[in-house]
Amino acid sequence: MSNVFSLQGQVALVTGASRGIGRAVLLELGRLGATVVGTATSAAGAADIGKAIADAGLQGAGLALDVTDAAACEAVVGDIEKRFGAVGVLVNNAGITRDNLAMRMKDEEWDAVIDTNLKAVFRMSRLVMRGMMKARNGRIVNITSVVGSAGNPGQANYAAAKAGVAGMSRALARELGSRNITVNCVAPGFIDTDMTRALPDAARDALLGNIALGRLGKPEEIAGAVAFLVSPAAAYVTGTTLHVNGGMYMS
Amino acid sequence: MENIEQRVRKIVAEQLGVNESEIKNESSFVDDLGADSLDTVELVMALEEEFECEIPDEEAEKITTVQQAIDYVNAHLKQ
Repeated sequence: MSNVFSLQGQVALVTGASRGIGRAVLLELGRLGATVVGTATSAAGAADIGKAIADAGLQGAGLALDVTDAAACEAVVGDIEKRFGAVGVLVNNAGITRDNLAMRMKDEEWDAVIDTNLKAVFRMSRLVMRGMMKARNGRIVNITSVVGSAGNPGQANYAAAKAGVAGMSRALARELGSRNITVNCVAPGFIDTDMTRALPDAARDALLGNIALGRLGKPEEIAGAVAFLVSPAAAYVTGTTLHVNGGMYMS
Repeated sequence: MENIEQRVRKIVAEQLGVNESEIKNESSFVDDLGADSLDTVELVMALEEEFECEIPDEEAEKITTVQQAIDYVNAHLKQ
């Protein structure tokens, strides 16, 4: 395979792959030839990922992981290395929301989002760096959000975490560039997932009016952007954020 | 079997892309052999692998010359 999008021979780890964007990314990277490992917070979720991988005829596994558990993260990365080889592609997708107006936001809501959406992204990235540095090759893609650039009422914690990841990605891109490791972000706009389905209808309708393409995005449309960034085709792209939002926010 | 000094020198040469003949035991990785900070981290990683040990960060920071690396390995790995 000399396809510039081929991921043949790569081991890709996607966190938060039980549904939505993470699931779509997992399957897309698998289709491009990577051995794919997806994580879910529950054992049942992990089993479901394993089944989806098998059903699609792909190589890989589903593993249970709470990304805020440092020891568990280390164990999972070690386990993957033993079973499949060193992680060459990391997609930090796992994320949560704890929306609230700032005046009402509790410290716990702030901390939970920062821990999962920012701190854990750094931790996972740090864990795979060693193998990537040795291989002189690596791809890290962090799933951020249009909210990190445009802001959104009720999401001070989420916006802070996502903007934080973007800054961190640029720092890592500079730090690791000499070892042929690229670090980029994909910033989805409003994608039709469980997370956005939780929005009230009125809020969804208001959103649609601001989207140039006039519709919500599909998880597969984020997966395509991620697939590009982790592929050989994007070898010279690092430290950037690829906005995939139907023209809702233009940078 | 090569001795520890030879093994350390070999790793330094490989990691920093320098000729072994240019490496003196008193050579500083950064000042004499052109290493940057990331190179020194990788060098420690390579030493850890070669000698199957874990070098704590606070110890790793003190290893700045070839001789210091040899001394560290000798002090910590002699059975």
